[in-house]
Amino acid sequence: MGQIELRAVDRIFRIGDTRVHALKAISLSIEAGEYLTVMGPSGSGKSTLLNILGLLDRPDHGEYLLEGREVGTLPPDQQAGVRSRRIGFVFQSFHLVPRLSAADNIALPMMLAGVPARERRRRVAAALAGVGLEDRADHRPQQLSGGQRQRVAIARATIMQPALLLADEPTGNLDRATGAEVTQLLEALNHGGTTLIVVTHDPVMGERARRRLLLDDGGLADDRRR
Amino acid sequence: MSIGDLLRFALQAAAGSPLRTGLMALAMAIGVAAVVVLTALGDGARRYVVNEFNALGSNLVIVLPGRTETGGIGIGNLSASTTRDLTLRDAAALLRADGVVRVAPLVVGDAEVSSGGRLRSSYVVGTTADFARLRRLELAQGRFLPNEGLERAGSWAVIGATIREELFGPRPALGARLRIGDRRFRVIGVLASSGQGLGMNTDELVLVPAASAQAMFDTNTLFRILVEARDRDALARVKSQVANILTARHDGERDVTLLTQDAVVGTFDRILAALTLAVAGIAAISLAVAGILVMNVMLVSVTQRTGEIGLLKALGAAPMVIRRAFLAEAAMLSLAGAAIGECLGFAGAAVLRATFPDLPAYPPSWAVIAGLATALATGMGFGTLPARRAARLDPVQALARGL
Repeated sequence: MGQIELRAVDRIFRIGDTRVHALKAISLSIEAGEYLTVMGPSGSGKSTLLNILGLLDRPDHGEYLLEGREVGTLPPDQQAGVRSRRIGFVFQSFHLVPRLSAADNIALPMMLAGVPARERRRRVAAALAGVGLEDRADHRPQQLSGGQRQRVAIARATIMQPALLLADEPTGNLDRATGAEVTQLLEALNHGGTTLIVVTHDPVMGERARRRLLLDDGGLADDRRR
Repeated sequence: MSIGDLLRFALQAAAGSPLRTGLMALAMAIGVAAVVVLTALGDGARRYVVNEFNALGSNLVIVLPGRTETGGIGIGNLSASTTRDLTLRDAAALLRADGVVRVAPLVVGDAEVSSGGRLRSSYVVGTTADFARLRRLELAQGRFLPNEGLERAGSWAVIGATIREELFGPRPALGARLRIGDRRFRVIGVLASSGQGLGMNTDELVLVPAASAQAMFDTNTLFRILVEARDRDALARVKSQVANILTARHDGERDVTLLTQDAVVGTFDRILAALTLAVAGIAAISLAVAGILVMNVMLVSVTQRTGEIGLLKALGAAPMVIRRAFLAEAAMLSLAGAAIGECLGFAGAAVLRATFPDLPAYPPSWAVIAGLATALATGMGFGTLPARRAARLDPVQALARGL
């Protein structure tokens, strides 16, 4: 059994009287350490799939097993615990807290998890070094460039050493050069053993992964491995 | 999430939007300041009244003829008993009781007072030399009634400031003749103007020896006997001795009523304390209004920070953690506002004292503590709804809002 098992997952949104079938019977098995990209046109269900994998959303039908444990139906506080320890998120628009310094943004997941301050400082320093921003620890997000912000966000996503890293258009707001740097950083983390799932519009980025999913109208249209 | 981290996070969030934070703190500050100032006012009034009573002489036992029972109607009250009048001899006997320093009998009546063709009607009080010290009377001119024994009907009179003004005007009053009723007196003293106080207004009194007043009003009874104990501790002993002496003198029948200043002061004290509480309650309504403002501002805050809440959820914050973070912020702002309010309130009370020097308008400590506690309770109470709303936000939609 894979690290992630989706079995016939459905997600249906009700908008007014209409029902939108965002995901239709998605079944998927992902091994630990895999590198996947998810592509497809707008509205094909890419983000919904990512949200369900990240426990931000719940499937209406079907099962979601993470590391052999059914997590799709856990109560909210237990899902929060799984997110805290097993899942990291990287967002298109970085989602850094503007009033917090780079170091405090990176420390945020540890603070929420109750990691002691001394341990936090040690790990934040290491993480900042890992993304090449040792000299930007006290900078606020608006004092950083787009590429630097996304590197802070990646450091934050990985600070709890998650098993699964979910990235939603991580290079969407970056120019090609910085986007490439961020991609390399994510792939380096994947080489370190973290499962990496990237939702992207960018065909170049999509082609880099060993496994590529193509979604269309809520269904899994293609699942290719290289 | 540890308490320290929670508070630090809330503090940073509060500092992140100064206008919102300032508004909330201001609302709380005004509410708490209102409580502090109004209770200072109420308690000031209470202290003022208590002080005024104490100025009358706090160690007094007042003896009234006749027995008034407070405690319903019993067989004892219905049984026929003849009430003996209080006499000057009764008063003289009380001087012998242990712990008694002064005894002043009072004979009170209404008489026409005239001098040099001017005439007015006045209260006439017959008493003795001890009355001046017992009631802390001060003289503007001359001296008080001489200490010449209880039963001597001397022809001396001491008059109040208003009487002097009306009867003598610019003429010297000391040594002047004064006609009271159908008797003649000589003015030997003028009381200092006492202004408005509680109890008798001494400005409009004419004081003469007790025996003279009895003769004038053709009576041999007393209206009251005032007994001053050595100190407050002796009061209870003096009271029981007075009762025993008078009972013995009245053929074993206890037919007098003894009042102590304490009982009267205590009643006023309780009434005004209740009033202060009521005023504090009214002021507390402003705290409730502040609470509603806190709720509004927190709801706006939840809306403004929706993206951040979504992020916190994505980063693994359980709903409880988010609820606590918002509650901590509400509590912190309420406390900060309350602290500012206490300062404003104390300043306001100081202004009150400066404006009305007679009024000891100090905020009572219970109100200071209650103000803080109510502010905290209101802040957290009204912060609960916004905090719960934040905790329940759907993370996907919240994240879509951006930070």
